[in-house]
Amino acid sequence: MFTSIFGSFESGIIYAIMALGVYLSFRILDFPDLTVDGSFVTGAAVTSIMILNGVNPFWATLVALFAGFLAGCITGMLHTFGKINNLLSGILMMIALYSINLRIMGRSNIPLLNTDTAFTKITHVAKHTGIDSLLNSVLKSVGLGDSLPDTWGILLFMIVVTFVIKFLTDWFLKTEIGLALRATGDNKRMIRSFSANTNLLIVLGLGLSNALVAFSGALIAQEGGFADVGMGIGTIIVGLASVIIGEALFGTKTIARTTLAVIGGSIIYRIVVTLALRAEFLQPGDMKLITAVIVIIALTAPKVFERTKDRKRKARRKAEKLRVLQAAVNGKGEQHATVKSDS
Amino acid sequence: MLQLNQIHKIFNEGTPDEKIAIDHVNLTLKEGDFVTVIGSNGAGKSTLMNIISGVLFPDIGEVLINGKNVTAMSEYNRSKMIGRVFQDPMAGTAPSMTIEENLAMAYSRNKKRTLRIGVTKKRRDDFREVLESLHLGLEKRLNAKVGLLSGGERQALSLLMATFTEPSILLLDEHTAALDPSRAELITNLTKDIVAKYRLTTLMVTHNMQQAIDLGNRLIMMDKGQIILEVNEEDKRQLTVPGLLEEFKRIRGVQMASDRAILS
Repeated sequence: MFTSIFGSFESGIIYAIMALGVYLSFRILDFPDLTVDGSFVTGAAVTSIMILNGVNPFWATLVALFAGFLAGCITGMLHTFGKINNLLSGILMMIALYSINLRIMGRSNIPLLNTDTAFTKITHVAKHTGIDSLLNSVLKSVGLGDSLPDTWGILLFMIVVTFVIKFLTDWFLKTEIGLALRATGDNKRMIRSFSANTNLLIVLGLGLSNALVAFSGALIAQEGGFADVGMGIGTIIVGLASVIIGEALFGTKTIARTTLAVIGGSIIYRIVVTLALRAEFLQPGDMKLITAVIVIIALTAPKVFERTKDRKRKARRKAEKLRVLQAAVNGKGEQHATVKSDS
Repeated sequence: MLQLNQIHKIFNEGTPDEKIAIDHVNLTLKEGDFVTVIGSNGAGKSTLMNIISGVLFPDIGEVLINGKNVTAMSEYNRSKMIGRVFQDPMAGTAPSMTIEENLAMAYSRNKKRTLRIGVTKKRRDDFREVLESLHLGLEKRLNAKVGLLSGGERQALSLLMATFTEPSILLLDEHTAALDPSRAELITNLTKDIVAKYRLTTLMVTHNMQQAIDLGNRLIMMDKGQIILEVNEEDKRQLTVPGLLEEFKRIRGVQMASDRAILS
């Protein structure tokens, strides 16, 4: 149990980078971008093939960022300069990327099991600096010694990386360009009247969004030990689930709060899926169905909740009004009575 | 300052719905001119505004701002020089962003947007100062989301955002029409103050004849895509609403076909 939760934490924090990318397109730009299903794999493909060819895995992972950026920019250009509907631009790019990813990989699956990835290096460091043994001894002392995780390195490293990206995103969205980007998703007509090139901003925003998604894909490939041409299916839904769950649970008061919520949402989503899959009647293949159901619940539940709350509030107000009215009638009655007795 | 030469614009050309929206219009605004534009629905007032701001491009004719030909310049490039307030109070601000963020975006209008933080401490002080001039207490709510403001407050903020960077030209497109009378009066007075304070060259479209007479130093009347009447500064002082209607009847031979214009 503890190990599987630990595992969901670990992959949740890696997927959180992807979720931040989806947050940028879906929430900030108001652009439901399906490119991510393809660009996630693009990141994995580029990095895997480079690692296989002996490139330093850290460099290979950074290259994934640029590959994703490029893919997102093309979707943006299809939408802005090609005037193609936003959903369709994303779908077109997603389909195109499927073939491109196959070309990059040369086959449909690249195993990375006996290769040096960024994470094997980090695992190595964590083991030899004594971080693992230190944290494991803490676990043992609180009575969780029977199921120790293999390594703490990946989790700690990814917490640092994800939070660096979070803070960079927060900062960027507060800069002059970032403000214009947010306004592009909020009120295009307005920001155009303040001399912002909304087309360019959409291209930039989608580029950044897909850069993060591809980066996350590259890391997932290294964590799982393989890149597969089908590994991106449903990425957009997982991203949306993380964004929506996170926002619902942790709030959206400020940008910094929301990005934190998205990371939290990603982790919680992983934990929910892991727990769901422990149910005996469910199979690993049901995962996409579970994801869809989670998103549907997350999308509809707040509205139902809001409606019942609203109804209760109305009923309360009605009761109060009735009481006041009643009191007024009674008061009048008494007054009337006193007047009568006087006369 | 602003010069329109022989502007001609046809919608749906070559179809049964063909409509001449702007019919060879010439108009020149000198620096500091405040011109009010009246006319019935479909007279071409809004089309004219859209051609000046670059939302639409004329079929024939040129638009010059500060002597520079901007006819083919894109909307976003042109808006470095043009401030705009729309009829819809929702249109001029970004609702999910805060007041100070909205002001920061307006502040960057005539500058290059960079990776510097948009709302710095110094700018926040400046914003507080310009907001105080509205007398709506918005300077105490810098961190409030603009979507939470009332229509009048949002329109006042839009007006401020459109003007405080002192654009070469200010375009007001029926910017008080969607507000209730008291709010409309507030915005009208603010408009008067702000235009005078920054000495802005202004073109204001309105349905309200009284407002068109009260504000500005020149008045033009449009009908069917043409400017049918131009009133200069001297004559405008003597102008009344019945006088204007009389004038329209004299020129066109029919009653002005807008209840909205007459009643308001």
